[in-house]
Amino acid sequence: MLKILMLGWELPPHNSGGLGVACYHLAKSLAGEGAKISFVLPYTAKHDVDFMEIVHATNLDPIHRFGASAYDSKNITTCIIDGKELGEHLSLRDIQQFYGDFVDKHVEGKEFDVVHSHDWLTLEAGVKVKHKLGIPLIAHVHATEFDRGDEYGGNPIIHDIERDGLMLADRIIAVSQMTKDLIVARYGILADKIEVAHNGPNQIDDEYMFEKSSYQFLEKKKQEGWTVVSVIARLTIQKGLSHLIRALALATQFNPKIMLLIAGDGELRDELLELSANLGVAQNVAFTGFVRGKELRDVYTISDIFVMSSRSEPFGITALEAASSDNAVILTKQSGVSEVLHSVLKYDYWDERRLAELLVATSSSNALTTEMRQNVTKEFLKISWNGIAKKVMHIYNRTMKCRRNY
Amino acid sequence: MRSCVLYLHMHQPFRVREYSIFDVGNRADYFSDSAHINNQLVFDKVAEKSYRPMLTLLEKLLGAHPNFQFSLSVTGTFLEQAEMWGGDIIDTLKRLVATGRVEIVAETYHHSLAFFFSKSEFERQVKQHQAKIQDLFGVKSKAFRNTELAYNDDLASWAEEFGFETVLAEGWDRILRERSPNFVYRPTGTNKIKLLLKNYRLSDDIAFRFSDKNWTEHPLSAEKYLTWVENSTLNGPLINLFMDFETFGEHQWADTGVFQFFEQFVGRFLESPENNFLTVSGASEQYEAIDEVSMPETVTWADTERDLSAWLGNAMQHEAAKNLYALEEAVLKTENAQLIADWRNLQTSDHLYYMCTKYWSDGDVHAYFSAYDSPYDAFLYFMNTLRDVDFRSL
Repeated sequence: MLKILMLGWELPPHNSGGLGVACYHLAKSLAGEGAKISFVLPYTAKHDVDFMEIVHATNLDPIHRFGASAYDSKNITTCIIDGKELGEHLSLRDIQQFYGDFVDKHVEGKEFDVVHSHDWLTLEAGVKVKHKLGIPLIAHVHATEFDRGDEYGGNPIIHDIERDGLMLADRIIAVSQMTKDLIVARYGILADKIEVAHNGPNQIDDEYMFEKSSYQFLEKKKQEGWTVVSVIARLTIQKGLSHLIRALALATQFNPKIMLLIAGDGELRDELLELSANLGVAQNVAFTGFVRGKELRDVYTISDIFVMSSRSEPFGITALEAASSDNAVILTKQSGVSEVLHSVLKYDYWDERRLAELLVATSSSNALTTEMRQNVTKEFLKISWNGIAKKVMHIYNRTMKCRRNY
Repeated sequence: MRSCVLYLHMHQPFRVREYSIFDVGNRADYFSDSAHINNQLVFDKVAEKSYRPMLTLLEKLLGAHPNFQFSLSVTGTFLEQAEMWGGDIIDTLKRLVATGRVEIVAETYHHSLAFFFSKSEFERQVKQHQAKIQDLFGVKSKAFRNTELAYNDDLASWAEEFGFETVLAEGWDRILRERSPNFVYRPTGTNKIKLLLKNYRLSDDIAFRFSDKNWTEHPLSAEKYLTWVENSTLNGPLINLFMDFETFGEHQWADTGVFQFFEQFVGRFLESPENNFLTVSGASEQYEAIDEVSMPETVTWADTERDLSAWLGNAMQHEAAKNLYALEEAVLKTENAQLIADWRNLQTSDHLYYMCTKYWSDGDVHAYFSAYDSPYDAFLYFMNTLRDVDFRSL
């Protein structure tokens, strides 16, 4: 039985985005393939998981609550926890160090076949384990600092961590061809070392289906002929939301009955609110704030059209979730998920006129959206985490074999 | 006597550019060239690869073999493009027709599916095509083919009433059962008109399989093909080879040897004094109908389904067609020649074909023949043009 030490930063329900969701489903399907997984988290919380062992590196509360998720890369040395738990004030970098030290001690005297790191926060710890136990390191790239960063290119410390970790990894798994290309171009890693394994869908449970929607006012709007367009994203520069709002303003000139539902929170919220007011479409935009559980589920069910507006999206699991929830899907060409979904409309993230065009077309033609919804559902059903886990198992086995042949 | 009836179809649509919602009411240049969708570029490419070399070869064969003859159908939209971008092609066609051994088969001017939406509009397009052919080539055809060989019993009755003597259709097994397509038939419900059926096996051997390296018969030599043709004549005397003209050079590239193959086949076939080539109308004159064939449902020459599902298989296509033909009265009433011409160019069946989603979900982008990013994009631009046509007819 393959023993895997998996290093991650979050798992649902204590996740702040798609990273935790992807780790959860990948681990679960790998367990289904017979892998024995030890999953190290940087915090202590209860997880309803029986298919793997969960190890807590610190006794901190889930990290994202401190504003230190895998996505917060701007000020990693700023003090974020004023806690006494570990005897001092902590920055994200400090927690990362604690995590690495813990993992280093934790693996002592234990046997693993592979260490599998998810993104930059756990890469350094992965490298340590690789050297200590002499086992191969698989670096799984869900996003790079180039995706998260703004026009200034991201945090140089994190670039160093990513470059070093990827250089030292025995094998790299990228969540899309787009991400693979970026790793090759920006970090100078050989393409041969990188495999592409697209993410799969989140299984959305149906327990809420028959309850009242969280968005009653939108139900009413829809009865009056409005179309609900939704986007689920952290409100950061990466997600391209200002372009979406400008496109909405153009589209409402042709069809005023479009409601944009923005689910998520983040540093750009006030700016986006102001923008929608300045463009005169404040009435057409609704902000939900950060949502999870039923409120998140209901975003998918209430909406007719789902937009992924990211300037750079390594994958974009929300688009798969939207596809599974009977939405017509519009994606930027700069998203990895556009490599696996074909029955969708695509645009360049900066092309506001084109997006407006797509919003008008989809909000004014049932024939178009019916076709898109039916066909994207067919595509969605073909993608499974089991298939992805098989691929990752294959990568483990091949990497181990190469290493033995040194 | 054993006869090969070669019928080749020439067509180019006026593709719609990325016509934006912001253009509606502002500009009506639906078919003008853009960086991405460029009609002239496509025409030039296909002319270079297929029209010119194949017409040259056909002219050479007419010169070399006095009993070589064939039929062509040439759409009005093709002729307009050739007039603009390939005048030499028109000249060659004129020379071919002038030999008296090349027949031009009638069809709708715009390669449309009007028959299924508006009979009056359909007839106007057939007449417009006849006028164009008369004008350019000085001939009038007695044979008719509908767009994509879309055929049913009603079409046969219409064609007979309109005065045609021959009509073409697909020789589909499900209809023919154990009967051979190598005979002339009479459509059910008609008295005089004759039906010629495509021998799809022998036609598709060239049109689709010729360069397929996974095909067990690849590479196909003229000798081997000749044996198949001669074996097939044991079932009946007529070998109806119907295919796109672009088969030669565009669907099957020159480097597959398709031109040499064709030249050799014609030569070898005509070596036997029992063999000859006939035009569609020639075959219809020489052979009597041996039986009646009924096709109550529409049969086409497309895909394994042999139906209209590539053009009218999903909700977008039905919506587009419905809205397009709903504009008929308003557009014609304007008597605005340019508007009417634009509306008719939008009827070209290719526009609906670009919206086909049958194979799209498989991600099989390469097998998909379209200038657009997706069937959804094709629908979107097309619907924008209809908005503008509607606007202009007000």
